[in-house]
Amino acid sequence: MSSQVGPLFKREFLGYFRSPVGYVFLVAFPVISVALAFSRYGGFFQAGMASLDSLFTFYPWLFLFLVPAVGMRLWSEEKRSGTVELLFTLPVTTLDAVLGKFLAGWAFLTLAIALSFPMALTVAYLGSPDWGVMGATYLGAFLMAGGYLGVCSLASALTRNQVIAFVVGLAACAVLLFLGLSSFTDFLEGFLPVRAADLISNFSFITHFDAFRKGIIDPKDVVFFLSLMGFTLFLNAAALER
Amino acid sequence: MIEVRGLVKTFGAKRAVDGVSFVVRRGDILGFLGPNGAGKSTTMKMITGFLRPTAGTALVDGIDVEADPVAVKRRLGYLPESSAGYPEMTVQEFLGFIAEIRGFRTPAARRAQVDRAVGLTHLGSVRTQTIETLSKGYKQRVGFAQALLHDPPALVLDEPTDGLDPNQKNEVRTLIRSMAVEKAVILSTHILEEVEAICNRVIIISRGRVVADETPAQLQARQPGARLDEIFRNLTQSDL
Repeated sequence: MSSQVGPLFKREFLGYFRSPVGYVFLVAFPVISVALAFSRYGGFFQAGMASLDSLFTFYPWLFLFLVPAVGMRLWSEEKRSGTVELLFTLPVTTLDAVLGKFLAGWAFLTLAIALSFPMALTVAYLGSPDWGVMGATYLGAFLMAGGYLGVCSLASALTRNQVIAFVVGLAACAVLLFLGLSSFTDFLEGFLPVRAADLISNFSFITHFDAFRKGIIDPKDVVFFLSLMGFTLFLNAAALER
Repeated sequence: MIEVRGLVKTFGAKRAVDGVSFVVRRGDILGFLGPNGAGKSTTMKMITGFLRPTAGTALVDGIDVEADPVAVKRRLGYLPESSAGYPEMTVQEFLGFIAEIRGFRTPAARRAQVDRAVGLTHLGSVRTQTIETLSKGYKQRVGFAQALLHDPPALVLDEPTDGLDPNQKNEVRTLIRSMAVEKAVILSTHILEEVEAICNRVIIISRGRVVADETPAQLQARQPGARLDEIFRNLTQSDL
């Protein structure tokens, strides 16, 4: 990794805190996710277990809105304001810029995820949770955030309009999410061979995140998220060629 | 210092730049003239490595921008036409970022470069303001400070005096003249008096082609007694 990624990362990451938007996210995301966990849909209290699974179960759905909102500005804003011209006349390669921005957005999302940690401490105070499962789930959430962000960063590189970037990012992520929904895979199995339906559901965030929620760190799930990031960032750099 | 060889850029069916070649030496201030849409900005963007030429190339300090764009960008200072900097950053933060990415990694070196650029462009009074709150003149100075920060051997300035009041224009011209002694400077403009005031060479382009490449005196000598804008009009008539 080139040494130019550092300054780009720093500028972009701090950029989230130069407007109120960053703070709104960092408050809204933990509040909404915890509220959902406490609700009768999450069933945190009804379950009577020292576990955060009722919190994490909503993550793929919350990410569907959170990540496009975090990722939409990455490139669209630069294109709209014309600073992209400044950026690419500085001594940086396209890959440096793509990585710097992506890693900054990922770090911001990681911070938002980490803010749920007081919940883990509360659960630990009330009972004895399985830290292994919880750690695996946090790792899964971290990787899944990167996967979503890769898609959204690519969407942002395709347009100078942040609203379009948000909608395109959300739609693309929704497709990747719904592919793994059990009702959807049942529907596919109705007319496709089971193996084909399996293959399709393998491209879903949910399929891969669920393994982490059970406490399983399977290399193929890790590789799925990492290769999704690699692929989208490669396309991202290609989309920025002028 | 800057050598442009047969640059061509097409956007779809439109040929924006059509075989532009010229050389700028150290100490030269080249005025790059032409009607709007003649291809001035596009040519400059290709020299700086922002746009990739359809054909031809540009060399800065002997380095081919097609072969090693990052090395060329290191040796160039560029003032873009569109935007001076990130609107939500303060002048200080923005120049600090530029210094860091230009390779001044220690806090002391960074501060020294930022102080120098702020001093040269008289930005001291607005250092802690965000760029979006600045007036047009100050924004332009931030763009200048950013371009000068690493003391580059070559400067490419896209309409440096656009939107400034007469005093600010004068100040910017003094600044350019004082720097040009040991630098190669290209500046685009459509103000003809500016060319007379500071440039020692003029290139006029029309429809993507060079139609004149000479000193301001030679340009004047084309039609003795005529005003420069009349000569300009005659040379670029095909654009109308």
